[in-house]
Amino acid sequence: MSSTTADASLALPELSGGPAPRQAAAARSFPAALDTPAPPRLWRTGLLAAGAWALVGLLTLYWPNKVVGFSDWAFTSELGAALLAVALALATVALSAGHGRVGQRLRPAGQWLVAVPLLLALWELLTAKLALLPSPFFAPPQSLIDVAYEDWSRLGLSTLHSLRLLANGFVLGALVGFVTGVWIGWSRIAGYWVHPLLRFLGPVPASALLPLAFFFAPSSYAAAVFLIALASFFPVAVLTWSGVAGVNKSYYDVARTVGASEWFLVLRVAIPAALPQVFVGLFMALGASFSTLVTAEMMGVKAGLGWYLQWAQGWAAYANMYAALLVMAVLCSGLITLLFTVRDRALSWQKGTVKW
Amino acid sequence: MVDTATARPQAEAARRGAQIEVRNVSHWFKVPSGVLQVLDGVDLQVAPGEFVALLGPSGCGKSTLLRLVAGLEPATAGEITQDGEPITRPDPSRIVVFQDPTLYPWRTVRDNVALGPQAQGRLKERQARVDDALRLVGLAEFAQAFPHQLSGGMAQRVALARALVNDPQLLVLDEPLGKLDSLTRLQMQSELVSLWQREGFSALLVTHDVEEALFLAQRVIVFSDRPARIAAELHVDLPYPRHRGDPRLTELRHQALRHLGLDASW
Repeated sequence: MSSTTADASLALPELSGGPAPRQAAAARSFPAALDTPAPPRLWRTGLLAAGAWALVGLLTLYWPNKVVGFSDWAFTSELGAALLAVALALATVALSAGHGRVGQRLRPAGQWLVAVPLLLALWELLTAKLALLPSPFFAPPQSLIDVAYEDWSRLGLSTLHSLRLLANGFVLGALVGFVTGVWIGWSRIAGYWVHPLLRFLGPVPASALLPLAFFFAPSSYAAAVFLIALASFFPVAVLTWSGVAGVNKSYYDVARTVGASEWFLVLRVAIPAALPQVFVGLFMALGASFSTLVTAEMMGVKAGLGWYLQWAQGWAAYANMYAALLVMAVLCSGLITLLFTVRDRALSWQKGTVKW
Repeated sequence: MVDTATARPQAEAARRGAQIEVRNVSHWFKVPSGVLQVLDGVDLQVAPGEFVALLGPSGCGKSTLLRLVAGLEPATAGEITQDGEPITRPDPSRIVVFQDPTLYPWRTVRDNVALGPQAQGRLKERQARVDDALRLVGLAEFAQAFPHQLSGGMAQRVALARALVNDPQLLVLDEPLGKLDSLTRLQMQSELVSLWQREGFSALLVTHDVEEALFLAQRVIVFSDRPARIAAELHVDLPYPRHRGDPRLTELRHQALRHLGLDASW
């Protein structure tokens, strides 16, 4: 038993100390120079941030907009008030020394909370206040609020259309890609016949097939689903294949000696072992599907954020364009974050700290 | 290590070691330059419940012989039988423990041990046996740990538990302790002996460690360089538990080294 206990004492810190490394990591990401160690009496970066937000708020409110030939920017005072409200909230958190739950979450982002209002101030100055940037092409921040207020239904509907199209195409492509990858990774015959085709046709950008797809498909929507599926199919198929092909051969020996069937080898050995690679494929597929989505919506699909961009540009409604781009950024980065969350959950065995 | 007090009564009755017979087996590998003979007319018997060690220089082909006995590959020539039946494919009655533990990193320790019952579709009725096997190798409290949290010795114990859970009639050991540090190794050798005595399986061990072979096995077969043929056979006529300082072991060690062509170093 003696070596077991010795082994145990070696491994136990990892087992029992689950949350500790995470705390340490969080502590490390604090800006060391700005936050004093030990319980600080006051969150100084927070106060600085509150000041910066107040500054941009006051600037928005009390510096008159420069008149450039058409009616004044709407929502200027609302924006100013909102910025001041943020300043007030931050000041409250900072004065409570950032100890509350909100404070704890905000603290690591302290420097960003200072930088963002400064950038906003610069933007506000260059557009609404000084009109240094040519006016219809560069819209001030408050115009985004205007768009959200005036055109939220069209923008929201476009977002939903994009999401639906993306979901249909991506899920279809990823599923077919995954199955194809496993198939050519496992079966010698499939590998021989399908793999060269994949290597030859896969790298063709899906958007290059756009004219062809719109011509052949029964509807532009079906064509877009097909193209997005194609764009996500390729990276998932290739990486699943390489994951399956790269599985340690002795994993199979182990399973075979204990009586595993061929299906067991595929489902319980090859696929779990290939999962890390599959997730890399899914990540790449998501990126490819975004760009194909927007292209398809700009070229033929009469709905979605890509269409909205085109439409806004046609009406010289540049503020609407910026709003749509903002929504797109939130959507895409949100989806990628979601994918990574799923991955971290599925592959928790891979990481140093396991969540119990 | 092994807690004999928890011995399950049905284990003694259900298990009897397999009888293995290797008759005139030769084996060739395809290599880019043609074929390479690795085994040359090997004849070998393992009696039920016997512990036999195969000793030979690195790369001589003894591990290949184990793969043939396990049924992972067919022999080019000759015949291998288990209790009179020819061995044609892997079977849970003959379990291999490899040099690397080859645990599945995505499974917990317990799920790794449960691999065999799950693959055979008997997971439900074998739950107790899985816990049993974990206890047998002293890792019950690590059931929910993942392989990357284990030390080398613990990982190899999990591999042993994963083998034992199938109640094998033959345990095929392919240098299972080869990568462990020397202290863990000595201890695991004693554990292996207790497990073998307790469970009653036949054991076929490949090693290039002369001391290990002599400490564990009742019979040590010494192989020549590739293509492997049997150079000598040593009977280790000592009771268990053995003592490493036993003068008889020293004497046998000298003999084994002489057969391996290392007499000059004695």
